[in-house]
Amino acid sequence: MAGVATSGRRRSRVGPYLLVAPALVYLVIFFLVPIWSLFRTSLSNNAGSVFLPELKFSWDWSNYGDALTDFRDQIVRSFWYAGVATLACLVMAYPLAYVIAFKSGRYKNVLLGLVILPFFVTFLVRTLAWKTILADDGWVVDALDTIGLLPREGRLLSTSWAVIGGLIYNFVPFMVLPLYVSLEKIDPALLEAARDLYSGSWRAFRKVVLPLSMPGLLAGSLLVFIPASGDFINADYLGSTQTRMIGNVVQQQFLVVKDYPAAAALSFLLMAIILVAVLAYTWALGTEELV
Amino acid sequence: MAAAPTIEARPSGDVVGAPAAERRRGRPGRLGDFVLRLVAGLVLVYLFIPIAVIIAFSFNDPSGKFNLTWQGFTLDNWADPFRYPQLTDALWTSLQVAVLSTAVSIVLGTLVAVALVRQRFTGDKLVETFLVLPLTAPEIVLGASLLTLFLDLGWNRGFGTIIIAHIAFEVSFVALVVRARVRGLDWTLEDAAMDLGAPPLRTFLRVTLPLIVPGIVAAAMLSAALSLDDFIITYFNSGSTLTYPLYVNAATKASLPPQINVLATAILLLSLLLIGVMALWQRRRLTA
Repeated sequence: MAGVATSGRRRSRVGPYLLVAPALVYLVIFFLVPIWSLFRTSLSNNAGSVFLPELKFSWDWSNYGDALTDFRDQIVRSFWYAGVATLACLVMAYPLAYVIAFKSGRYKNVLLGLVILPFFVTFLVRTLAWKTILADDGWVVDALDTIGLLPREGRLLSTSWAVIGGLIYNFVPFMVLPLYVSLEKIDPALLEAARDLYSGSWRAFRKVVLPLSMPGLLAGSLLVFIPASGDFINADYLGSTQTRMIGNVVQQQFLVVKDYPAAAALSFLLMAIILVAVLAYTWALGTEELV
Repeated sequence: MAAAPTIEARPSGDVVGAPAAERRRGRPGRLGDFVLRLVAGLVLVYLFIPIAVIIAFSFNDPSGKFNLTWQGFTLDNWADPFRYPQLTDALWTSLQVAVLSTAVSIVLGTLVAVALVRQRFTGDKLVETFLVLPLTAPEIVLGASLLTLFLDLGWNRGFGTIIIAHIAFEVSFVALVVRARVRGLDWTLEDAAMDLGAPPLRTFLRVTLPLIVPGIVAAAMLSAALSLDDFIITYFNSGSTLTYPLYVNAATKASLPPQINVLATAILLLSLLLIGVMALWQRRRLTA
């Protein structure tokens, strides 16, 4: 008995720190230091030539102003696309998550598996498949043309519609899963009671289910919005020069143009805007439960 | 997930009784219920439209360099899946990266998870917050920041930097998954083993490890899947090394052979097989 009671003290006090240290040291070196390095780069000047860049650190905030004015369109477009995609994911994912949580019976795990299954095919190959589906001579364009719903560009590929569609497709599962987790926690007895009290299913949903699913709704929105606003694959494969997002610019500035300070400043702007948006959204929904 | 109770398993009917359920079935809610199921079904179908296209196009016989429009049915691609050595090499590189990076991140992440679950210590909340941080940054920022670090250090980018980058984003996932899976475990079993005279190493191997293995397996699968599928972070830190997603991206600019679809389909089938085998194994373990 005494052994059990004192076992906590028998271990040395440094124990947990030894366990935590390797991962923390790794993340400091390969996550925090790089972020610092990116920040320094964003405040540097290119003192060398185009072919042999030589960065001088100089608290040069003008990179941020330049990035804001030069790439204003791409910045606005990124958050517009990401916002629309998040909303569409929410509208599509909620019914699915609801059905899986409350109405799937013994097929629950099968349905969850089906939601995850597309992940086993590389994200790039799935996005390429949309290029085939939305092609100008494909059946989707034909069908939309017949019923007169084709956007005024006369096509789908290379339009904002295709890029937003690609974002929605790629991130819908990230909305379904957290919504399912929070819906699944709701006691079905509570649903019955709510229906008896409020008589209408819709009011029962609004007064009971929706508020209780807020943590999942918030987590899902972040899991869609954050990667969607930084994405550049959908804009690259399904869009045109008119649909370029922040990610496209950052990628090009870093890897093609090699204007590191401008690219770094733009990356930091992306992160800062996301942070503000996330805080505002969290505050508006009134929940602090993130994990 | 296996422990998640299904609706039938819950005694929900006891609260209001069967009449309530019957009454509900008679209401106009029935139409709403149908619409709800229909929408959910359509969303599921939507998730699989591209998958169906990918599988179908693995049997395509493209006339040009790009396997993007349907020309005709052939089995040739499946007869010769490894026709493009660059593609096969890239896939092999991806598998190596996934295994190596997952091996390291499993060790780092599991240690943190065990420390967080088992004991309270000063700063544990801080550690948890720090672990979540890499998950809240967009991938492009993670990739770009590592690139600036490697540029600052003057390191050549390639296989090594890809592994470093993958571990950096996998550790947090592993730690959070393992933590979630081992949270409710009975750690007094460890004390019992030690009280019975087992030395620490033996206790760890015979008691602790078997307890946390299911969590570790789940985390390892997630970590490997993330690694195999990662494009953005890898793209910034790969140098001239090609992983499978990087090969696909390069191919979109030059030529898209149907073997990409063949291998994607094969990976999907192999994953399904693996999941099936694991599910059977788990069921046998539970019933044994």
